Amino acid sequence: MSVTISLIKREISVVMRSQSEFIYPLAFFVMVTSMFPLAVTPEPLQLAFIAPGVIWVAALLSLLLSLHAFYQADYEDGSLEQLLLSGVSGYSIIVAKAFANWIVTGLPLVIMAPFIGLLLNLDAEANLVAMFALLLGTPSLCFIGAIGMCLTMGLRNGGVLLTILVLPLFIPVLIFGASCVEAASVGRLYNGQLAVLGAILIFSAMLAPFAASVAMKISID
Amino acid sequence: MWKWFYQLASPRYFYGMSYRLIPWLSSIALILLVAGVVMGLLLSPADFKQGNTVRIMYVHVPAAYLSMMVYVVMALTGAIGLIWRIKMAYVVSISCASIGAVFTLIALLTGAIWGRPTWGTYWVWDARLTSELILLFLYLGVLSLHSAFDDKKSADKAVAVLALVGLVNIPIIHFSVEWWNTLHQSASLSKFEKPSIETSMLIPLLTMIFAFKFYFFSTLAHKVRAEILIREKQAKWVKALISGESS
Repeated sequence: MSVTISLIKREISVVMRSQSEFIYPLAFFVMVTSMFPLAVTPEPLQLAFIAPGVIWVAALLSLLLSLHAFYQADYEDGSLEQLLLSGVSGYSIIVAKAFANWIVTGLPLVIMAPFIGLLLNLDAEANLVAMFALLLGTPSLCFIGAIGMCLTMGLRNGGVLLTILVLPLFIPVLIFGASCVEAASVGRLYNGQLAVLGAILIFSAMLAPFAASVAMKISID
Repeated sequence: MWKWFYQLASPRYFYGMSYRLIPWLSSIALILLVAGVVMGLLLSPADFKQGNTVRIMYVHVPAAYLSMMVYVVMALTGAIGLIWRIKMAYVVSISCASIGAVFTLIALLTGAIWGRPTWGTYWVWDARLTSELILLFLYLGVLSLHSAFDDKKSADKAVAVLALVGLVNIPIIHFSVEWWNTLHQSASLSKFEKPSIETSMLIPLLTMIFAFKFYFFSTLAHKVRAEILIREKQAKWVKALISGESS
């Protein structure tokens, strides 16, 4: 446990030293979502209609972009290999990385989402639900993304491949996350979708680190 | 029994054995296919509501069934490879991927063709259709991941991990029609209960499913043999085989 905590501290301090990693996904999130009113329609009612999907797709893509920073550099300079050699289990390395990834990129997205919701004319309750859904959904994305990242980090053009591998696995989170916000915005019950998001989180937090650590060992080997 | 398993793990043994197996597999597949097509297209009754359109079922259902079965075979053989480090298991696993992708594509296409006259649309974002589409994406992911590695050993292992992760999708596809009450009809075939489909349609359908299964196994054997030759091209027996054949 204490190993995991010190690993998390290491991850966060490494990433925070180059502040761009922290800013880029957030800036990406804000920019992508602000493209939609310009491209689709600035009409408030229609914006509220597309808002849940826009917020979720943008959050998903910016998390996808952020994965690289947490794994690629560590893989390339060999520190990932050294960590594994030091006797730390692959499982706790992945848990630490996914957790740090969420703190650095997921959490700012969660905090930013209500402002984006305001811009897209989501009402107050739906906005709150969107925030809560992102709170439950984004950690799952970090865990699932870890698998894809560990599979592709040794490859030359891993970036595109990462997208192809990971997006299908993100789809369940996207479906339940967006439908939860949509249900809230039209005044239907949304606790079922939230429960499914929570279940996905538990499931992915338990099992994804196993798959990711096996994949990590394959990539390093 | 155990000896047979050990032998199966040897590429050379597998190559020889599959050569003897293929004629059986493909002739059974052909007989079942002819029987299934004749029964399905000529002898079975037209549907009360759908008319002759229902006959698409005899291609669509077996293809959809196989698309999931092939994925399970791919993931399980991948797991066998990871756990017991058997080279042959990986060969079988990766050979499944392209076959399964084609079955998934057939299921999606025939479903779209069937959907147009009966549902009035080629495509809906229904749970069953979406999860089947994800299955296609997973197959494509497996194929592209495998081709991205220079080293076949790492490629095999990585693909096995991805296939196992994607296995989560299989129960979602299977139960999607029960969990979400959307346009796609629920299952008419079940192992445990009496099927809700009329016997005169059930028999051709089951015949077609078995025809597809045997077709899959014979195609798989062909692909595995080709893959063995590529991988073992440095081995003495392969060199002898090829030079013997060409001379």
